[in-house]
Amino acid sequence: MIGRKFLDFTVTTVSASSALFIILIVLVLIGDILLNGWSTLSWEFITESPMQGMTEGGIFPAIFGTFLLVVIMSFVGVPIGTVTAIYLSEYAGQKSIFARAIRFAVNTLAGVPAIVFGLFGLGFFVQFVGGGVDQVVSGGAELRWGQPNILWSSLTMALLTLPVVIISVEESIKTVPRELREASLALGATKWTTIRKIVLPNSITGILTGAILAVSRGAGEVAPILFTGAAYFLPKLPDSLSDQFMELGYHIFIMSTQSTDVEATIGIQYATTLVLLALTFSLNFSAIFLRYKVRTRSAH
Amino acid sequence: MHKGQRTQLGQDREVVEKVHRPTLELGITGGPHSQRDGEDRGRDPLWWKKRLRLSEFLAEKLVMLVAFVSFALIVLIFVFVFRETVPLLLSSSEAKVGLHPPEEQETYGDVAPLVTERHQTPKSESKGASMDVSGEGSADIKNLSGPMWQPVSSLPKYGLFPLITGSIKVTVVAMVIAAPIGVLAALFTASFAPRWAKEFLKPAIEVLAGFPSVVIGFFALVVLASFLQSVFGFQYRLNAFVGGLALSLAVIPIIYTISEDALSAVPKVLTEASLALGATRWQTALLVVLPAATPGVFAAILIGIGRAFGETMIVLMATGNAAILSISPLDPVRTMSATIGAEMAEVVFGETHYSVLFLIGLILFIFTFALNGIAELFIRQRLLKRFKGN
Repeated sequence: MIGRKFLDFTVTTVSASSALFIILIVLVLIGDILLNGWSTLSWEFITESPMQGMTEGGIFPAIFGTFLLVVIMSFVGVPIGTVTAIYLSEYAGQKSIFARAIRFAVNTLAGVPAIVFGLFGLGFFVQFVGGGVDQVVSGGAELRWGQPNILWSSLTMALLTLPVVIISVEESIKTVPRELREASLALGATKWTTIRKIVLPNSITGILTGAILAVSRGAGEVAPILFTGAAYFLPKLPDSLSDQFMELGYHIFIMSTQSTDVEATIGIQYATTLVLLALTFSLNFSAIFLRYKVRTRSAH
Repeated sequence: MHKGQRTQLGQDREVVEKVHRPTLELGITGGPHSQRDGEDRGRDPLWWKKRLRLSEFLAEKLVMLVAFVSFALIVLIFVFVFRETVPLLLSSSEAKVGLHPPEEQETYGDVAPLVTERHQTPKSESKGASMDVSGEGSADIKNLSGPMWQPVSSLPKYGLFPLITGSIKVTVVAMVIAAPIGVLAALFTASFAPRWAKEFLKPAIEVLAGFPSVVIGFFALVVLASFLQSVFGFQYRLNAFVGGLALSLAVIPIIYTISEDALSAVPKVLTEASLALGATRWQTALLVVLPAATPGVFAAILIGIGRAFGETMIVLMATGNAAILSISPLDPVRTMSATIGAEMAEVVFGETHYSVLFLIGLILFIFTFALNGIAELFIRQRLLKRFKGN
């Protein structure tokens, strides 16, 4: 009997300590970045450009580039993701092979490594589409679109975050009560009208959640933009879609691995990390809050 | 007025019954009795039906077309990553392309020497001297399967072997750490945890999942590596173990989330029956709940492996990036994903080196595709069947 109790205690302790380990690791990560990043963080740091060969100054171009990246990305990714979610939840039949193929594709896309998306962006957008546009426009004489730029980065990122949008929107469309749809159809509205006037307005929070989660993911991923448009340092902000751009995550990567004197800029590195983390976390928390609101609605 | 209306309605009904029966079954029944002008309606009693059917049809096809993007994307990724590797298949004719002019080394040097300096790469050149010269810089099968990865030298060597073993080594380290912690923590939430403990754990997992990989990589590079070196006295500050440990932080949330789903989907009846028969909580958890959810937990681990294998930024920053062939997890490694990330920006488009990097990407894509396919189709369906069958 003692053995049984002892085992009960051991199993509980071991599994509980795994859980505790996860909580501890999260606290250590946040604590370390907060403590070390806070001292360098200032208003000037956020609003100024890097100076003295990136050893001083701020990170405004990187913040601006990240912002531009996620905005262009959202304009492309969110509509496609939302319509796909509408298809999966409203039109797709249980036995339809087409629907199953789409569902399988969405799940698979979610597991494709980010670096492979980067390769795809380079091979498809930069070389194939961009190179093709250059051929048509100037006969290949001028290299404008056929090189990495912010548009190709944003499109690559839009495709990477597509599954995030689809899964989140579909989940929220499912919480729209069946009775609402049936009432609309019973009143003579067609399926498409029902979707437009009933389903979509009622799942607008879900679409917003999906967009926020996608932005958070897009702001944090670096691998897809390594060679589709991110730049080490630029003296001016991008003013055209065919310009390269600076980005927060890429800035952290560059500063911590490629610069000549890593120790000298450690404060900048930590502060940049803190800014990126604050950005993704505030986005994630608002997504969690919105999702919570959607769930409580469906419980009524 | 009265007469006209009557006949019109009569006609309407007749025609509807004759011609438009099928539409009734499609659920497009009932007119909108819209406020639109009655004139139009008078001329053609079916104007709204035609309109609706056409726009309905178009809307559905358009929605399907957009949904098709996801599927097309999978195909396009494969096609366009594969396309760039085609020159390798025809490599015999382009064998000499791989010979770089000497100045090429300097452009690549932006990354490599700095990284090696920082990461204290052990000297691996000495072995290279004895390498047979058969490769001659081309990327034929012999060169690709060779033991050396030296893409930038007068005699480029594209041996993928050290990169593949590097990826496997880091993945194994990450999984050995992440799988037990993730599954046990999930088991704790599903079987033991009091309410308040869940309130702490679930947000912590969400927060951990929300960490950008570049931030975890940065933490591993700046904090974790130095800490572990001072505790264990590693010869190399950045090595496969540090990279794997950092990687496990990115994999734990995935394993936890999927296995927690599977564990909490185990029917309450099973748990209650077990407890009623006098089993203790740990017996129920380990001998009833966990076995019942095995396929789901297995799927979680497979998807975790896929993520660990393909993750780029963490390994790029924390593993030391030296393509050496060794068993020890305390040596620096260069993984497949990190190789693409570090070298793609420096290569010349269309060169052998460029094609080989795409080949590595293709291998990564096919491997994760297969893992996800197995996890998705086979295991999840089996899990569902098992619970529904009972």
